[in-house]
Amino acid sequence: MTEEEIMRPENLVYKKPALLNDNPMHYCPGCSHGVVHKLVAEIIEEMGMEEKTVAISPVGCAVFAYNYIDVDWVEAAHGRAPAVATAIKRLWPDRLVFTYQGDGDLACIGTAESIHALNRGEHIAIIFINNAIYGMTGGQMAPTTLMGMKTSTCPYGRVADLHGYPLKFTEIAATLEGTCYVTRQSVHNVAAIRKAKKAIRKAFENSMAGKGASLVEIVSTCNAGWKLSPEKANQWMEEHMFKFYPLGDLKDTTAITEDSL
Amino acid sequence: MGKFRGLIVVDRERCKGCNLCVVACPLHILALAGKRVNKKGYHYAEQTDKGLCNGCASCAIVCPDGCITVYKKKEE
Repeated sequence: MTEEEIMRPENLVYKKPALLNDNPMHYCPGCSHGVVHKLVAEIIEEMGMEEKTVAISPVGCAVFAYNYIDVDWVEAAHGRAPAVATAIKRLWPDRLVFTYQGDGDLACIGTAESIHALNRGEHIAIIFINNAIYGMTGGQMAPTTLMGMKTSTCPYGRVADLHGYPLKFTEIAATLEGTCYVTRQSVHNVAAIRKAKKAIRKAFENSMAGKGASLVEIVSTCNAGWKLSPEKANQWMEEHMFKFYPLGDLKDTTAITEDSL
Repeated sequence: MGKFRGLIVVDRERCKGCNLCVVACPLHILALAGKRVNKKGYHYAEQTDKGLCNGCASCAIVCPDGCITVYKKKEE
Protein backbone atom coordinates (compact mmCIF):
# COMPACT_ATOMS: atom_id res chain seq x y z
CA MET A 1 0.00 0.00 0.00
CA THR A 2 1.47 3.35 -0.99
CA GLU A 3 1.28 6.56 1.00
CA GLU A 4 -1.07 8.06 -1.60
CA GLU A 5 -3.51 5.20 -1.10
CA ILE A 6 -3.63 5.76 2.65
CA MET A 7 -3.74 9.56 2.44
CA ARG A 8 -7.28 9.86 1.05
CA PRO A 9 -10.18 11.79 2.56
CA GLU A 10 -12.15 8.59 3.26
CA ASN A 11 -9.29 7.27 5.42
CA LEU A 12 -9.07 10.42 7.55
CA VAL A 13 -9.09 9.58 11.28
CA TYR A 14 -8.14 12.82 12.95
CA LYS A 15 -7.46 16.38 11.94
CA LYS A 16 -7.41 19.78 13.55
CA PRO A 17 -11.02 20.95 14.02
CA ALA A 18 -12.03 23.50 11.37
CA LEU A 19 -13.18 25.91 14.09
CA LEU A 20 -9.61 26.13 15.36
CA ASN A 21 -8.15 28.47 12.77
CA ASP A 22 -4.65 28.56 11.29
CA ASN A 23 -3.32 31.43 13.43
CA PRO A 24 -0.20 30.20 15.22
CA MET A 25 -1.00 30.00 18.94
CA HIS A 26 1.09 32.19 21.22
CA TYR A 27 1.18 29.51 23.93
CA CYS A 28 4.52 28.00 24.92
CA PRO A 29 5.35 24.60 23.37
CA GLY A 30 3.47 21.85 25.20
CA CYS A 31 0.98 24.15 26.96
CA SER A 32 -2.27 22.51 28.09
CA HIS A 33 -4.26 25.50 26.78
CA GLY A 34 -3.79 24.25 23.20
CA VAL A 35 -5.34 20.87 23.98
CA VAL A 36 -8.32 22.45 25.76
CA HIS A 37 -8.84 24.93 22.88
CA LYS A 38 -8.87 21.97 20.52
CA LEU A 39 -11.42 20.12 22.65
CA VAL A 40 -13.67 23.18 22.88
CA ALA A 41 -13.53 23.66 19.09
CA GLU A 42 -14.29 19.98 18.48
CA ILE A 43 -17.25 19.98 20.86
CA ILE A 44 -18.81 23.16 19.43
CA GLU A 45 -18.46 21.63 15.96
CA GLU A 46 -20.00 18.33 17.06
CA MET A 47 -22.91 20.16 18.69
CA GLY A 48 -23.40 22.28 15.55
CA MET A 49 -23.28 25.48 17.63
CA GLU A 50 -20.70 27.36 15.54
CA GLU A 51 -23.06 30.27 14.86
CA LYS A 52 -24.73 30.25 18.27
CA THR A 53 -21.83 30.31 20.69
CA VAL A 54 -20.64 33.28 22.72
CA ALA A 55 -17.49 32.69 24.70
CA ILE A 56 -15.90 34.98 27.26
CA SER A 57 -12.14 35.11 27.44
CA PRO A 58 -10.28 36.00 30.64
CA VAL A 59 -7.20 38.00 31.46
CA GLY A 60 -4.23 35.67 31.58
CA CYS A 61 -2.55 33.47 29.02
CA ALA A 62 -5.90 32.65 27.38
CA VAL A 63 -6.67 36.34 26.79
CA PHE A 64 -6.10 35.85 23.06
CA ALA A 65 -8.34 32.77 22.82
CA TYR A 66 -10.55 34.82 20.48
CA ASN A 67 -7.77 34.69 17.90
CA TYR A 68 -7.86 30.91 17.70
CA ILE A 69 -11.44 29.62 17.97
CA ASP A 70 -13.80 31.06 15.34
CA VAL A 71 -16.87 31.78 17.48
CA ASP A 72 -18.11 35.07 18.98
CA TRP A 73 -16.01 36.20 21.90
CA VAL A 74 -16.21 38.91 24.53
CA GLU A 75 -13.10 39.90 26.40
CA ALA A 76 -14.00 40.59 30.02
CA ALA A 77 -12.17 42.69 32.61
CA HIS A 78 -9.90 40.71 34.92
CA GLY A 79 -11.96 38.07 36.74
CA ARG A 80 -15.32 39.43 35.53
CA ALA A 81 -16.00 36.80 32.87
CA PRO A 82 -18.84 35.05 34.81
CA ALA A 83 -20.59 38.41 35.27
CA VAL A 84 -20.40 39.12 31.53
CA ALA A 85 -21.54 35.56 30.79
CA THR A 86 -24.54 36.06 33.11
CA ALA A 87 -25.67 39.09 31.12
CA ILE A 88 -25.23 37.40 27.75
CA LYS A 89 -26.99 34.19 28.75
CA ARG A 90 -29.92 36.07 30.31
CA LEU A 91 -30.39 38.20 27.19
CA TRP A 92 -29.80 35.33 24.76
CA PRO A 93 -30.98 32.09 26.38
CA ASP A 94 -30.63 30.17 23.11
CA ARG A 95 -26.91 30.83 22.89
CA LEU A 96 -24.20 28.53 24.21
CA VAL A 97 -22.38 30.76 26.68
CA PHE A 98 -19.19 29.68 28.38
CA THR A 99 -16.23 31.33 30.04
CA TYR A 100 -12.67 30.16 29.71
CA GLN A 101 -10.63 31.22 32.72
CA GLY A 102 -7.33 30.50 34.37
CA ASP A 103 -6.69 30.14 38.09
CA GLY A 104 -5.46 33.72 38.50
CA ASP A 105 -8.60 35.04 36.85
CA LEU A 106 -11.20 32.71 38.34
CA ALA A 107 -9.79 31.79 41.75
CA CYS A 108 -8.06 35.06 42.66
CA ILE A 109 -9.36 38.39 41.37
CA GLY A 110 -12.64 36.92 40.14
CA THR A 111 -13.50 34.73 43.13
CA ALA A 112 -16.55 36.80 44.07
CA GLU A 113 -17.99 36.92 40.54
CA SER A 114 -17.35 33.23 40.00
CA ILE A 115 -18.88 32.09 43.28
CA HIS A 116 -21.96 34.28 42.88
CA ALA A 117 -22.54 33.34 39.24
CA LEU A 118 -22.31 29.66 40.20
CA ASN A 119 -24.47 30.15 43.28
CA ARG A 120 -27.16 31.96 41.29
CA GLY A 121 -27.27 28.92 39.04
CA GLU A 122 -26.74 30.89 35.84
CA HIS A 123 -27.05 28.54 32.89
CA ILE A 124 -23.44 28.95 31.85
CA ALA A 125 -20.44 26.66 31.63
CA ILE A 126 -17.13 27.67 33.16
CA ILE A 127 -13.90 26.09 32.00
CA PHE A 128 -11.29 26.60 34.69
CA ILE A 129 -7.66 25.98 33.76
CA ASN A 130 -5.71 25.37 36.96
CA ASN A 131 -1.95 25.31 36.53
CA ALA A 132 -1.14 26.53 40.06
CA ILE A 133 0.80 29.55 38.84
CA TYR A 134 0.42 32.94 37.13
CA GLY A 135 1.70 31.90 33.72
CA MET A 136 1.35 35.10 31.69
CA THR A 137 3.08 37.48 34.08
CA GLY A 138 6.11 35.26 34.63
CA GLY A 139 5.34 32.46 37.07
CA GLN A 140 4.29 34.23 40.28
CA MET A 141 2.51 32.50 43.14
CA ALA A 142 -1.23 32.02 42.60
CA PRO A 143 -3.93 31.16 45.17
CA THR A 144 -3.80 27.61 43.81
CA THR A 145 -0.01 27.19 44.17
CA LEU A 146 0.77 24.03 46.12
CA MET A 147 2.46 24.06 49.52
CA GLY A 148 6.22 24.03 49.13
CA MET A 149 6.02 24.84 45.43
CA LYS A 150 8.64 27.31 44.23
CA THR A 151 7.58 30.30 42.13
CA SER A 152 9.23 33.62 41.35
CA THR A 153 7.44 35.34 44.28
CA CYS A 154 8.01 32.47 46.73
CA PRO A 155 11.47 31.28 45.67
CA TYR A 156 11.92 29.18 48.84
CA GLY A 157 8.59 27.44 48.40
CA ARG A 158 5.08 28.32 49.59
CA VAL A 159 4.74 28.26 53.38
CA ALA A 160 1.47 28.44 55.29
CA ASP A 161 2.58 31.08 57.83
CA LEU A 162 3.46 33.59 55.16
CA HIS A 163 1.32 32.71 52.16
CA GLY A 164 -1.66 30.81 53.47
CA TYR A 165 -3.08 27.66 51.94
CA PRO A 166 -3.95 26.75 48.36
CA LEU A 167 -7.57 27.31 47.36
CA LYS A 168 -9.64 24.35 46.23
CA PHE A 169 -12.12 26.34 44.22
CA THR A 170 -13.85 23.37 42.65
CA GLU A 171 -14.63 21.88 46.07
CA ILE A 172 -16.19 25.21 47.09
CA ALA A 173 -18.26 25.26 43.88
CA ALA A 174 -19.52 21.75 44.57
CA THR A 175 -21.11 22.93 47.84
CA LEU A 176 -23.16 25.66 46.11
CA GLU A 177 -26.84 25.03 45.39
CA GLY A 178 -26.77 26.60 41.94
CA THR A 179 -24.22 24.28 40.38
CA CYS A 180 -25.45 21.18 38.55
CA TYR A 181 -22.18 19.70 37.38
CA VAL A 182 -18.77 20.20 38.97
CA THR A 183 -15.85 18.11 37.84
CA ARG A 184 -12.07 18.07 37.78
CA GLN A 185 -10.27 16.69 34.76
CA SER A 186 -6.84 16.77 33.20
CA VAL A 187 -5.33 16.62 29.70
CA HIS A 188 -1.99 14.91 30.29
CA ASN A 189 -2.62 11.75 28.23
CA VAL A 190 -5.02 10.35 25.65
CA ALA A 191 -7.40 8.74 28.17
CA ALA A 192 -7.57 11.91 30.27
CA ILE A 193 -8.18 14.05 27.17
CA ARG A 194 -11.13 11.85 26.13
CA LYS A 195 -12.62 12.13 29.63
CA ALA A 196 -12.09 15.89 29.67
CA LYS A 197 -13.85 16.15 26.32
CA LYS A 198 -16.88 14.28 27.67
CA ALA A 199 -16.93 16.53 30.73
CA ILE A 200 -16.82 19.76 28.70
CA ARG A 201 -19.51 18.43 26.35
CA LYS A 202 -21.72 17.63 29.33
CA ALA A 203 -21.19 21.10 30.77
CA PHE A 204 -22.16 22.68 27.44
CA GLU A 205 -25.24 20.50 27.16
CA ASN A 206 -26.28 21.42 30.71
CA SER A 207 -25.94 25.06 29.76
CA MET A 208 -28.21 24.61 26.72
CA ALA A 209 -30.73 22.53 28.69
CA GLY A 210 -30.94 25.23 31.38
CA LYS A 211 -30.00 22.91 34.19
CA GLY A 212 -27.79 25.33 36.09
CA ALA A 213 -24.15 26.31 36.26
CA SER A 214 -21.42 23.85 35.34
CA LEU A 215 -17.76 24.08 36.29
CA VAL A 216 -15.08 22.00 34.61
CA GLU A 217 -11.68 22.38 36.20
CA ILE A 218 -8.80 21.21 34.04
CA VAL A 219 -5.65 20.55 36.06
CA SER A 220 -2.99 21.77 33.64
CA THR A 221 0.71 22.25 33.26
CA CYS A 222 2.68 25.46 32.89
CA ASN A 223 6.00 24.04 31.81
CA ALA A 224 7.55 27.49 31.24
CA GLY A 225 6.45 28.73 34.67
CA TRP A 226 7.41 25.50 36.39
CA LYS A 227 10.79 25.53 34.57
CA LEU A 228 10.35 21.98 33.28
CA SER A 229 10.12 20.36 29.86
CA PRO A 230 6.53 19.61 28.70
CA GLU A 231 7.08 15.89 29.34
CA LYS A 232 8.56 16.44 32.82
CA ALA A 233 5.80 18.94 33.62
CA ASN A 234 3.18 16.26 32.94
CA GLN A 235 5.04 13.85 35.24
CA TRP A 236 5.35 16.50 37.95
CA MET A 237 1.63 17.22 37.66
CA GLU A 238 0.76 13.53 38.06
CA GLU A 239 3.01 13.19 41.10
CA HIS A 240 2.17 16.42 42.94
CA MET A 241 -0.93 18.15 41.58
CA PHE A 242 -3.21 15.10 41.52
CA LYS A 243 -2.57 14.46 45.22
CA PHE A 244 -3.98 17.82 46.18
CA TYR A 245 -6.38 18.18 43.25
CA PRO A 246 -7.79 14.65 42.77
CA LEU A 247 -9.55 14.06 39.44
CA GLY A 248 -13.19 13.06 39.08
CA ASP A 249 -16.75 14.35 39.33
CA LEU A 250 -17.43 16.25 42.54
CA LYS A 251 -21.09 16.92 41.91
CA ASP A 252 -23.53 15.84 39.24
CA THR A 253 -27.20 16.49 39.83
CA THR A 254 -28.00 15.68 36.19
CA ALA A 255 -26.93 12.04 36.52
CA ILE A 256 -29.70 9.45 36.53
CA THR A 257 -29.42 7.62 39.83
CA GLU A 258 -31.63 4.99 41.44
CA ASP A 259 -33.13 7.64 43.72
CA SER A 260 -34.24 9.83 40.84
CA LEU A 261 -35.95 7.02 38.95
CA MET B 1 -8.18 -9.58 12.59
CA GLY B 2 -7.31 -7.09 9.91
CA LYS B 3 -4.19 -5.04 10.23
CA PHE B 4 -4.35 -1.30 9.84
CA ARG B 5 -1.82 0.91 8.14
CA GLY B 6 -1.63 4.46 9.36
CA LEU B 7 -0.02 7.62 8.14
CA ILE B 8 0.48 10.94 9.85
CA VAL B 9 1.06 14.33 8.25
CA VAL B 10 2.76 16.86 10.51
CA ASP B 11 2.24 20.58 9.82
CA ARG B 12 5.95 21.34 10.23
CA GLU B 13 5.62 25.11 10.31
CA ARG B 14 2.95 24.96 13.04
CA CYS B 15 4.81 22.38 15.16
CA LYS B 16 6.59 23.76 18.22
CA GLY B 17 8.63 20.65 18.99
CA CYS B 18 7.11 20.14 22.45
CA ASN B 19 7.82 16.38 22.30
CA LEU B 20 4.40 15.39 23.72
CA CYS B 21 3.47 13.33 20.63
CA VAL B 22 6.79 11.48 20.86
CA VAL B 23 5.95 10.48 24.44
CA ALA B 24 2.34 9.58 23.58
CA CYS B 25 3.14 7.27 20.63
CA PRO B 26 2.56 3.68 21.85
CA LEU B 27 4.80 2.28 19.09
CA HIS B 28 7.69 4.70 19.72
CA ILE B 29 8.01 5.64 16.06
CA LEU B 30 8.02 9.42 16.46
CA ALA B 31 11.00 11.65 17.11
CA LEU B 32 11.93 15.29 16.86
CA ALA B 33 13.97 16.13 13.76
CA GLY B 34 17.58 16.05 14.89
CA LYS B 35 19.30 18.87 13.05
CA ARG B 36 16.45 20.26 10.95
CA VAL B 37 14.28 23.13 12.17
CA ASN B 38 11.25 25.02 10.88
CA LYS B 39 11.10 28.78 10.25
CA LYS B 40 10.65 29.50 13.95
CA GLY B 41 13.65 27.36 14.88
CA TYR B 42 11.78 24.47 16.44
CA HIS B 43 12.81 20.85 15.85
CA TYR B 44 9.54 19.55 14.41
CA ALA B 45 8.15 16.05 15.01
CA GLU B 46 8.43 13.36 12.35
CA GLN B 47 7.85 9.64 11.92
CA THR B 48 10.97 7.49 12.08
CA ASP B 49 9.39 4.25 10.82
CA LYS B 50 6.45 4.92 8.51
CA GLY B 51 5.62 1.24 7.92
CA LEU B 52 4.80 0.54 11.58
CA CYS B 53 2.15 3.23 12.19
CA ASN B 54 -1.33 1.80 12.86
CA GLY B 55 -3.20 5.09 12.84
CA CYS B 56 -4.20 5.15 16.52
CA ALA B 57 -4.11 8.98 16.50
CA SER B 58 -2.65 9.24 20.03
CA CYS B 59 -0.08 11.74 18.75
CA ALA B 60 -2.75 13.92 17.16
CA ILE B 61 -5.00 13.86 20.24
CA VAL B 62 -2.26 15.06 22.60
CA CYS B 63 -0.84 17.67 20.18
CA PRO B 64 -1.56 21.07 21.79
CA ASP B 65 -1.34 22.90 18.47
CA GLY B 66 -3.32 20.48 16.30
CA CYS B 67 -0.43 19.96 13.89
CA ILE B 68 -1.03 16.29 13.15
CA THR B 69 -3.48 14.82 10.64
CA VAL B 70 -3.97 11.04 10.79
CA TYR B 71 -5.08 8.64 8.05
CA LYS B 72 -5.85 4.97 8.56
CA LYS B 73 -6.62 2.19 6.05
CA LYS B 74 -7.29 -1.50 6.54
CA GLU B 75 -4.77 -3.75 4.87
CA GLU B 76 -6.26 -6.13 2.30
